[in-house]
Amino acid sequence: MHLGLLLSGPLGWLAVAYLGSLVVLFISAFWQLDEFSGEIVKEPTFDNFRLLWENDVYRTIAFRTIGIAGLVTVTDAILAFPIAFYMARVASPRVRGLLVVGVLMPLWASYLVKVYAWRVILSEDGILNWALGPLGIHGPGFGFVATWLVFSYLWLPYMILPVYAGLERIPDSMIDASGDLGGRPGLTFRRVIFPLAFPAVVAGSIFTFSLTLGDYITPQLVSSTQFIGNVVYANVGVANNLPLAAAFATVPVFVMIVYLLGARRLGAFEAL
Amino acid sequence: MSKRTTWAALACAALFAAAGCGGSDNGGGGTDGGGTKASVGFKVPNVPMQKTLGAGEGKLNIIAWAGYAEDGSTDPKVDWVTPFEKQTGCQVNVKIGNTSDEMVTLMRTGQYDGVSASGDATLRLIAGGDVAPVNTNLVPNYADVFPELKNQAFNSVNGQMYGIPHGRGANLLMWRSDKVPGNLDSWSAVFDQGSQYKGRLTAYDNPIYIADAALYLKATKPELKISNPYELDDKQFQASVDLLKQQRQNIGEYWSDYTKEQAAFTSGDSTVGTTWQVIANLLEADKVKVKTVLPKEGATGWSDTWMIASKAQHPNCMYKWMDWIISPKVNAEVAEWFGEAPSNAKACAETASKDHCKIFHADDEAYFDKVSYWTTPRTQCGDERGDVCKDYAQWVQAWTEIKG
Repeated sequence: MHLGLLLSGPLGWLAVAYLGSLVVLFISAFWQLDEFSGEIVKEPTFDNFRLLWENDVYRTIAFRTIGIAGLVTVTDAILAFPIAFYMARVASPRVRGLLVVGVLMPLWASYLVKVYAWRVILSEDGILNWALGPLGIHGPGFGFVATWLVFSYLWLPYMILPVYAGLERIPDSMIDASGDLGGRPGLTFRRVIFPLAFPAVVAGSIFTFSLTLGDYITPQLVSSTQFIGNVVYANVGVANNLPLAAAFATVPVFVMIVYLLGARRLGAFEAL
Repeated sequence: MSKRTTWAALACAALFAAAGCGGSDNGGGGTDGGGTKASVGFKVPNVPMQKTLGAGEGKLNIIAWAGYAEDGSTDPKVDWVTPFEKQTGCQVNVKIGNTSDEMVTLMRTGQYDGVSASGDATLRLIAGGDVAPVNTNLVPNYADVFPELKNQAFNSVNGQMYGIPHGRGANLLMWRSDKVPGNLDSWSAVFDQGSQYKGRLTAYDNPIYIADAALYLKATKPELKISNPYELDDKQFQASVDLLKQQRQNIGEYWSDYTKEQAAFTSGDSTVGTTWQVIANLLEADKVKVKTVLPKEGATGWSDTWMIASKAQHPNCMYKWMDWIISPKVNAEVAEWFGEAPSNAKACAETASKDHCKIFHADDEAYFDKVSYWTTPRTQCGDERGDVCKDYAQWVQAWTEIKG
């Protein structure tokens, strides 16, 4: 009874503010915009969804967004695993402490400062072109590649930390047992460590994937490439077409539902 | 959690959704209310006009283009807000709007008393019932406004003014003179010849930029018979969109807020593109070598109007502001700082640079005939073609497609 009272506040918040706003979003996706005055006409139609489905550009943008979210997730997983492995199983406690602080440190700086820093790095007379210049290479400039670099940088800590925790949880006895049974280090890694740590990688990927999926500020600052978030932003801010924005915003919601169902099957929720 | 709690939560969510559905329903979209269907092609909501001017309310919240309401924070010498505050006791809060669309959205929040709206926002605001007609008798300086700016299609309805003209100007072509050889004099630099500047080209990130392409086609492809770049039928619209899709290949990055273009030209990430005079002024102040020109094809441009919100909380301060901003001296200051033609004929005698009105062609109607002011595109073409033109919603969608 007491527990029920205690939980009713947070749960009520979750239900009303969080799920409620999703419901409102979903309902408004069926409304329309009066073409001239820009007022919202509250008569349900499927026009927004039809437009999103029939128009190539929205499909391209949706796939591009899912694509970059996947790309950033894979990049971060590849970068994070060795770092997390070193932190959890190789480094001395002192070094480990320093590394944990080092990984967390970028999270103390403002998101915008970090993106603007990358803008300076990637700019025409920025440090990247200065460093690559003698080699005869030109940096990627602002565009899709820049977005990929910045996203991978921004969300890396969110991948390292769960993987680190997952690797640390593996009991030494299992690795010893593998060695006692004649498993070489490579085999032990493939057959024992990686399978045990994989749910943690999936758990980390939930963060990197969902954060990339919803972001619109980074693409705006380091490229002119459009992602779902940018189209939603443009439809809210520029066109004042909230119904179309709401309709497009349901796409990442469904992508995430599918992604989370998959992640659950892979055991990620136990690894969180 | 028991089953009962789950259901309670769901009921809550449903209630919230219902409350959301039944939210505010005002403005002129409905079938009720006494709005008149004017000859302008949209229903004009009945919004009362202020009859008399009272004392100031002590506060004023306005939306303005960058450079329109300077309080000395950009440059201590550039300040016409502080004297206004001293004289009227109205404390001014300025919100910078980066695009017309943003201004319309901000006005609809109902938190602002007025806005410096361009012609592509004014009619939307009038039709949405967001702004009130302006009683020009309460604005003494209105008498000195150039007659060519009064009772125009973008600032009045059926002879009733909906705002006070502020100033006008053209969107110019700008380039880094130290990185681009020669003098440019044609928009072909950003369209047909754009590949020369591949990756260094910039353009205004807004659906209204489609008109720039249409204007260029008007000069270069007479067979399309474009007469007004905001009244585009299917074929003309498609040609403009195709031109912009071609241009997209060469664009380094688009700019939507003036600081982004300023930064991109300073660093050399952009070297050629469309601009406002004020951005060129800011760049020159930072010793960046840029040049601007009004290309031979003409240009799109703006004619801005101060409008008062229909739900203004500080209407008297807003009326005082509208009179202040077009008073000869202040109008001259704004026009010089922003780089545009003033709206008050007497302002020409007050400018620091004596030739300002000449340089910006303040009373040169032949010059402004070459400038196509931003207007909201509508289905009604405004000529014998009838209702076959692309409306703004289609412009917005096309812009998303252009950016790809």
